[in-house]
Amino acid sequence: MNATVASLTRRNLLGRKRTLVLLLLPLALLALCTLARISANLDPDIEQDLQGALAPDLLGAFAIAILMPLLSLIAGTGSIGPEIDEGSIIYLLAKPLNRYSIVVTKLLVAIGVVVAFGVVPVGVAGVVLTGEVGAVTMGYTVGALAGGVAYSAVFLLLAVLSRNAVVIGLIYALIWESLVGGLVPGAQALSVQQWSLAVVQRVLGDSAQRLDVESAVGFGAALVLLTVVTLAATGYAGRRLETLRLNDDA
Amino acid sequence: MTSVDLEQVSRWFGNVVAVNDVTMHLGPGVTGLLGPNGAGKSTLIHMMAGFLAPSAGTATLDGRPLHRDPEIYREIGLVPEREEMYDAISGWDFVLANAKLHKLADPRAAARQAIGTVEMAEAQDRDIRTYSKGMKQRIKMATAIVHEPRVLLLDEPFNGMDPRQRLHLMELLHELGDQGRTILFSSHILEEVEQIAQRIEVMVAGRHAASGDFREIRRLMTQRPHQYTIRSSDDRALASAVIAEPSTSGVELVSDATGGSVVQVQATDFAAFVHALPRVASRNGIRLLEVRPADESLESVFAYLVAR
Repeated sequence: MNATVASLTRRNLLGRKRTLVLLLLPLALLALCTLARISANLDPDIEQDLQGALAPDLLGAFAIAILMPLLSLIAGTGSIGPEIDEGSIIYLLAKPLNRYSIVVTKLLVAIGVVVAFGVVPVGVAGVVLTGEVGAVTMGYTVGALAGGVAYSAVFLLLAVLSRNAVVIGLIYALIWESLVGGLVPGAQALSVQQWSLAVVQRVLGDSAQRLDVESAVGFGAALVLLTVVTLAATGYAGRRLETLRLNDDA
Repeated sequence: MTSVDLEQVSRWFGNVVAVNDVTMHLGPGVTGLLGPNGAGKSTLIHMMAGFLAPSAGTATLDGRPLHRDPEIYREIGLVPEREEMYDAISGWDFVLANAKLHKLADPRAAARQAIGTVEMAEAQDRDIRTYSKGMKQRIKMATAIVHEPRVLLLDEPFNGMDPRQRLHLMELLHELGDQGRTILFSSHILEEVEQIAQRIEVMVAGRHAASGDFREIRRLMTQRPHQYTIRSSDDRALASAVIAEPSTSGVELVSDATGGSVVQVQATDFAAFVHALPRVASRNGIRLLEVRPADESLESVFAYLVAR
């Protein structure tokens, strides 16, 4: 971890426009949950639904399936992609710094952004929906964190590998995970979303079945996959950064 | 004393050969790297800066391979050609960040000194995005010298600078070169290369076309006719006497702007001609009033190398 690299990355990542974009998704989640809470206060049937499967459904469909991959995509690619595209990464590379420490620092900054703009709002959304810091709130907050870390590492690696990282990331997050993962059972095993859900399911414990929360992979496998993918993506990104070709090379 | 050595270095990208079998030694002092766009100058600088591995050959700093060794940046300062920096922060913050990334003992003092050296103290608190091109160049320069490197590599450092800033940078490079630092800069501003580089390395189409002092390079190119403009007491007699010399290939008597005449001589053998000319003049009783090389500018040398 290098404090100067972290500071430069944070200032680059949290420019005015990007901060606004980062704020849009959690605000939409909170608005949706607040609307659900107001409706529940007015209608006992909705209140009953919220105490049942509605809260997990909302958090699963919006927070885990949309908010976390998109936020991580913006934070993970944004922590290094623009510097590589513009060439300003040269100011970090022309320093006596270990390339792995650059990548780890940038990943930590990206995770920090994902926590601030994603994980914390998911926790708040859980409290708004359920009215307590119970298993549902905790489960989805921890699940969001686990997914956010793995997504950020993968998207950061994508940004080191390709100038089209955002497009590839979008295709993965929205098409592979949502569409292919929903239709092809085998593809679900290769889905960060399912690994996050496995963590949620574990935290929910016995109530997972009642709340209709089920992951396509077991908790043990999910934990291993989340760890391996995060470490492998980070390690490979560091290795690629060692031999990164800058854009003005022929 | 620090030296950067390229030994039979080639670099290709797919089917494109960007640098072809270049051997180059950079020692203390200022060296100019000259060549047209696409000649391979930036690729060469990136290999010297350790960002690119040669496809063949070796690139070393005092015998140490340059590629994949971040420790070399304690010795190397780099001014990249591209303008992009961290635009949302001030010049001061950026130079200070560079000093911190070098893990200097007193980064604030180093940043203050580097910014002072490039005369950017007044604008240091403004965001980089508000800087003119010349100011950005100077802040880039400050980031490159903040750790007082022994080797300084500058890719087109004069881009966007006004004449006063250019002069200042030229003086600075002179000064750094005189301190025994090894400095290489590429430029297409030929007069500046001529003025500040003690040595010139010329790249043409990926090849190392020439190396040495500018006039040496010029004279080493024996295949190229050298042109001289000569004013004498009897131009017509001189013209007929000079054309009889085997070291000349053409003579022309032309009118000059004042209504008088001059003799323009094309010499094929520079060394033989400069010895023959006074002898011929003396033998024919002709006084030489002025002998001037007509095409000694770097521009003409360069144009010849490109066309060769």
